[in-house]
Amino acid sequence: MNENLVNFIYLISGVLFILGIKGLTKPKTAVRGNMLSALGMLIAVVVTLLNMNTIDYTYVVAGVVAGSIVGSIMALRIQMTSMPQMVALLNGFGGGASLTIALAEYYTKLGATPASFAELLTPVVADSGAFGPGPEGTIALIAIGITVLIGALTLTGSLVAFAKLQELMKKSYGLPGGPVGNALFVIAALVAVALVVVNPGNVAAMVAVVLLALLLGLFLVMPIGGADMPVVIALLNSYSGIAAAFAGFILGNTVLIIAGSLVGTSGLILTRIMCVAMNRSLANVLFGKMAAGGETVDADEVYAGKVTSAQPDEIAMLLENAQRVVIVPGYGMAMAQAQHAVRELADAIEAKGAEVQYGIHPVAGRMPGHMNVLLAEAEVPYDNLVEMDAINPTFEDTDVVIVIGANDVTNPMARDVEGSPIYGMPILNVDKAKTVVVIKRSLSPGFAGLPNPLFAMDHTLMVYGDGKKAVVDMTTALNQL
Amino acid sequence: MDILILLLALFVLSLFLGVELITKVPPTLHTPLMSGTNAVSGITLVGALLAAGNDGSPMMVNVLGFIAVTLATINVVGGYLVTNRMLAMFKRK
Repeated sequence: MNENLVNFIYLISGVLFILGIKGLTKPKTAVRGNMLSALGMLIAVVVTLLNMNTIDYTYVVAGVVAGSIVGSIMALRIQMTSMPQMVALLNGFGGGASLTIALAEYYTKLGATPASFAELLTPVVADSGAFGPGPEGTIALIAIGITVLIGALTLTGSLVAFAKLQELMKKSYGLPGGPVGNALFVIAALVAVALVVVNPGNVAAMVAVVLLALLLGLFLVMPIGGADMPVVIALLNSYSGIAAAFAGFILGNTVLIIAGSLVGTSGLILTRIMCVAMNRSLANVLFGKMAAGGETVDADEVYAGKVTSAQPDEIAMLLENAQRVVIVPGYGMAMAQAQHAVRELADAIEAKGAEVQYGIHPVAGRMPGHMNVLLAEAEVPYDNLVEMDAINPTFEDTDVVIVIGANDVTNPMARDVEGSPIYGMPILNVDKAKTVVVIKRSLSPGFAGLPNPLFAMDHTLMVYGDGKKAVVDMTTALNQL
Repeated sequence: MDILILLLALFVLSLFLGVELITKVPPTLHTPLMSGTNAVSGITLVGALLAAGNDGSPMMVNVLGFIAVTLATINVVGGYLVTNRMLAMFKRK
């Protein structure tokens, strides 16, 4: 096929990806946007296959079949509560694909592939001329090195993120020296990239880049706790896109560059939104300790004798007379799989004549938009899901707020107590409502490790127990009134 | 060198376009946005096909290509399917 025609068709694919993301700016057009994006992908793949001169279908078909089976099973069987895990895995696979493409391109251009492990570590004579004339060869090698680096660390970093989200890895391990240790690893990896650029035949240096980057991915994510995963996933999402864009530079492929940079910016913007919503810098999320600094607050002092608990049927009586109710979900709702039960409670409240809305904090759950997807699964209309900035002014006119499985994002200390470790983090001002109902197993602290004065307020009622059971009991009691 | 400058221009302009587009996606769709962009980053499948299917390349290159095709296909198929599944659940009153 004519090379220009191929590139023109790649351009069409790129435009379809852009229209696809544009579709995602409104729930109404989102499904169609996704279809357009998928169409762009199909066109790009078909054109690539048609354009290949001599083609050996063995590996292509095997890979496409294996990938399609695994991908479909994952997509169709994953539970909505486990979406963060799925996205973590997809980030990792994206990084892995860029890594292996860069390596394949490296060995193709090198013209020599190692036959044994010993040969793998022995430099062969080669100059950057094999990768392109003059400075082009050097730039191609730098692009290969960077793609390998980012691809490999995205792969292992995402696998660790998956293990943490799936609770396979509960403890946090870090490299001694924290940021310093990681910086040393980054420098070592960059030195290895430089060695490859100077002498492309230095295969051992390329192997070193791969190994160092794989380890770096592990060390970067292992120390980070579960509640910070929204940031990590968004950042790795960005990395997988950047790796794809760099792979585009290696191959001189326009559609890879367009698609990769769109994904890269998407991940970065989400990362930023998550950091702002926690009032923390990215460096603090990656290397900092949440509760470091600030005066420690004694939980007993906050709670002693001030906490009022209530039974679900008492709450039902409150709800019967309410005009406006706001439900604030958190990760605990996902853990308890309580989204359907919550929707049924909302239906019961609405049947008694009250208005029900949901207040969604940007970092509620384990990934951006996690709560929205869960509630959408429970058939809650998306108009009822209200963002933090929009719902905050309405709490003063709210009769009852039901907090289920959320803690730190409702902690008034973030707003009122200067010097508190979470001071400055934007919160949902649930304490402004007439009555606050908190469904929780115990008074244990949230991720920040801080007591929550909200629980001790006079107008707060604690309902202890499993989130789902408590909600179901409230619904039953309310329906009997 | 001419080509590289063009590719660089494409890269930089796409970054700016990305910022403009993504900031308009409402928070309620952030999870589908992530899985949808996962699918888009599966565009590496294009590069993977070249590596896996190129007859005459050393076997090691084809094997690396095979791994890349598998991983990228998981992203494409899994990403678009799960995004579609999620988006279908978002309903108005």
